[in-house]
Amino acid sequence: MPNNPMDYYLIDEMFSADERAVRDTVRKFVDREVKPIIGEAWLKGEFPMPLIPKMAELGLFGSTLPEEYGGAGLSPIAYGLMMQELERGDSGLRSFASVQSSLSMFAIYKFGTEEQRRRWLPQMTAGKVIGCYGLTEPDAGSDPGAMITRARKTDKGWVLSGVKRWITNGTLAGVAVVWAKDEDGQIQGFLVEKGQPGFTTKDMKTKVSMRASITSELYLDGVEVPEASRLPGVKGLGSALSCLTEARYGIAWGVVGAAMDCLKEAIDYTATRTVFGQPLAAKQLTQERLTDMLARVVGGQLLAARLGQIKAAGKLTYAHVSLAKRENVRRSLEVARMDRELLGANGITTEYNAIRHMVNLETVDTYEGAYEVHSLIVGRDLTGQAAF
Amino acid sequence: MKVAVLVKHVPDTETRIQVKPGDKKINEEGVTYIISPFDEFAMEEALLLRERLGDVQITAVALGPQKATEALRTCLALGADDAILVSDPAFEGADAYVTAKALAAALKGGNYDLILAGKQAVDDDAAYVGTAVAEFLDLPVINLVTKLEVNKAAGTAVAARDLDGYSQVIEVKLPAVFTAQKGLNNPRLPALMGIMKAKKKEIRTLNAQALGLAPNELGAEGAKVEVKEMFVPSKARKNKVLTGAPAETAPELVKLLAEEAKVL
Ligand SMILES: Cc1cc2nc3c(=O)[nH]c(=O)nc-3n(C[C@H](O)[C@H](O)[C@H](O)COP(=O)(O)OP(=O)(O)OC[C@H]3O[C@@H](n4cnc5c(N)ncnc54)[C@H](O)[C@@H]3O)c2cc1C
Repeated sequence: MPNNPMDYYLIDEMFSADERAVRDTVRKFVDREVKPIIGEAWLKGEFPMPLIPKMAELGLFGSTLPEEYGGAGLSPIAYGLMMQELERGDSGLRSFASVQSSLSMFAIYKFGTEEQRRRWLPQMTAGKVIGCYGLTEPDAGSDPGAMITRARKTDKGWVLSGVKRWITNGTLAGVAVVWAKDEDGQIQGFLVEKGQPGFTTKDMKTKVSMRASITSELYLDGVEVPEASRLPGVKGLGSALSCLTEARYGIAWGVVGAAMDCLKEAIDYTATRTVFGQPLAAKQLTQERLTDMLARVVGGQLLAARLGQIKAAGKLTYAHVSLAKRENVRRSLEVARMDRELLGANGITTEYNAIRHMVNLETVDTYEGAYEVHSLIVGRDLTGQAAF
Repeated sequence: MKVAVLVKHVPDTETRIQVKPGDKKINEEGVTYIISPFDEFAMEEALLLRERLGDVQITAVALGPQKATEALRTCLALGADDAILVSDPAFEGADAYVTAKALAAALKGGNYDLILAGKQAVDDDAAYVGTAVAEFLDLPVINLVTKLEVNKAAGTAVAARDLDGYSQVIEVKLPAVFTAQKGLNNPRLPALMGIMKAKKKEIRTLNAQALGLAPNELGAEGAKVEVKEMFVPSKARKNKVLTGAPAETAPELVKLLAEEAKVL
């Protein structure tokens, strides 16, 4: 029997029964609920809202948190497999889950008070409140320490002023985790609620990538928040970056799902497409291309699986995550490009998945630390010299 | 109320079945297993009964090798309270008759108000076990159920069956056996929380001895029918079945007619 291209190296055997069960649930969910509608939603530039309660019902938000906050206490590998399957559907769907769980909920869980946790986390697990994570600004992306947004201390609490840009789910969010510099130049985290006076949001409408995901601007025009809205556990920029490590871990898995989808599509398509009297798959150049794709998929799967084991063992460093994010995104992007090529003209339509994954992955290559930024993080780890 | 759900763990319907020459069973190498889809309807109906009636204790029961615990784990993840695996090497070569006899022995004394099963298992398509279990337990059986309502106070159930060109509504006194037909419900997926909780739930294993079955009642010896030959037809027809709503399947069909059949 030929090997299964989706699990060529029997990596399944590295996972526990419940990890596989989590994967299977999300896989079926994506096949049934996402695949049939995602091309059209993407083209329209809409996030498919009806998926939110369905994802919540399956427990996809905050799934690694303890049960008392509505989580399922998922292992890192189970969480990774969930992200892989979501991104097999669309990077925008995985982004939604990343931002909700690994950025917003994780920040509240890790740096929030017990009161903040109890107030927000169960509602966010249930999908009733959406979160967003406001770090990037028009003039501060790769270098978030250069942020201009300010938090001024007053008798009653804090006043926030500034603009955040490129914020996933900004207009959908009931609660925004907003990062701002205080008067001592220290970075602080705040929970800003939808509708607070001075707080407005607007969607960015000209994206040609990640179209099935909402990306917004947040305007903070002297927004007054009480001290109770500050995340007291935050210790400077490092705290904001630690949330990114969580999300990047999920991305290292997620993009492999997009690559798997492209590989499957290319195998199926070339088997039935006839060129010069033969199936495209019977041509040497095609077979080399498919092998190139498979090699990247298997490499990504192995890297993600090992990353998961290291995380479960508590030995994970952010540089481990940087290398995996950098490699897996870029290799998956290459796989998507090859799929697009093999599909010819069909490859540029949303009837197929190739171009949608391909241009989505251009975003993934940039956000959560651009490719070059991860080179610099790993480079510093290798040489001891910061070259940012 | 107590409900037992019979589930069979069968090769994934997308598996390309292979049989080694001379063998009388399929080659299990590399095969992934699923719960037989009609059994999923049965399991879902048990969950819906619990949602409607409140306290309903659900026990999932499977006969098969150790690997069949995966099907039971899925039932536990979906919300079954406990599970029983009927398993013994002596079952090797068993037919549907032996299977039903063993399952009936496992169910006996369990005081189940309802026993739910799929109308048939999608691997051997015998369509035998649900009915035979009812016979061994001397219970009434309603097959091919597409709607089920239980009146707890009266101790009765009303089931609807969609037949060729007409429908039937049948009332039965509980306990009784029901086999599920497509259309009964829309099975849910196990939620992540359920999957994690299922790890702590118990799966009891019953072997032939625990069931009080003698060796000559088991396996090939106890079977009423014998498989003489098993093979994969050399030229399998290439059938493709599109499932889903017409709005989804119609464009897919057009695409297949154009690109695969090349008739458009
Ligand atoms: C669809 C989408 C969703 C997003 N969602 C969020 C969100 O939810 N929350 C949030 O806070 N942010 C979000 N972002 C922002 C994202 O994290 C930033 O875009 C990213 O950090 C890069 O910043 P930048 O775009 O300002 O690029 P820049 O920082 O200006 O970088 C431009 C280029 O310069 C390179 N570069 C940077 N520094 C160096 C250096 N030292 N040496 C050499 N090259 C360098 C980069 O790699 C890149 O190629 C999102 C972005 C997109 C596109």
